[in-house]
Amino acid sequence: MRAEYDVAAGDFTRAGYASSAIKKTLKQLGVSPVVVRRVVIAVYEAEVNIVAHSYGGRITADIEPEGINVTLADTGPGIPDVEKAMQKGFSTASKEVREMGFGAGMGLPNIKDNADELRIETEVGKGTTLHIFIKF
Amino acid sequence: MTIREIVSAVHGEVVCGADRLDENVEYAFASDLMSDVLTIKIDGFLLITGLANVQSVRTAEMSDVRYLLFARGKEVTGEMRTLAEDNGMVVIKTDYSIFKTSGILYGAGLKPVY
Repeated sequence: MRAEYDVAAGDFTRAGYASSAIKKTLKQLGVSPVVVRRVVIAVYEAEVNIVAHSYGGRITADIEPEGINVTLADTGPGIPDVEKAMQKGFSTASKEVREMGFGAGMGLPNIKDNADELRIETEVGKGTTLHIFIKF
Repeated sequence: MTIREIVSAVHGEVVCGADRLDENVEYAFASDLMSDVLTIKIDGFLLITGLANVQSVRTAEMSDVRYLLFARGKEVTGEMRTLAEDNGMVVIKTDYSIFKTSGILYGAGLKPVY
């Protein structure tokens, strides 16, 4: 089962829309609440990153019997130093993002913490794609 | 501690979820940093925050937070309220600061997450 969502850059009022929809679907499918929460937190962090840092993107969620694969692809500035971006506390977020309660350099580490697998493909000046897999 | 006792202790006002004031909550966490809220591994806690925007309610939704307490008399917009109602949350607001709110509730027996 596949679900796709477009994410607009800078639109904080709608940030979380895709994560919320995925949460409802997984709950309806009877996935364990602990797993639903890990999925939703990982996807929400990544969705906020698209809103905060990119020019826009698309979230594709593939739900299989064994788990969920979520691909979050954006066009944007890319991440020049992924290793640095994975460090807790490192952030390039704007003042506006921080005012929304984010941008403390905790997002990518928290995605990694909640995911069974996390792969980041990024190209400076083009964009970033995150692949997240979480087992059911 | 029941939500009703919490409302009374902080001289709060119930914004939504008034039919669920007899529910019990054991833990609370106070933060304006939503990134920090998203790292908490337990659910069903009371979130005390001064960050009143739609993302604080969204973060509560993602973290399975069922009880939200806005401090310092922050306004809860219609959009925030609708999102909270859609997710079955109880929203309370108080004029007290986060410090005073947390002190009172800690003293009354609410447990810290960390």
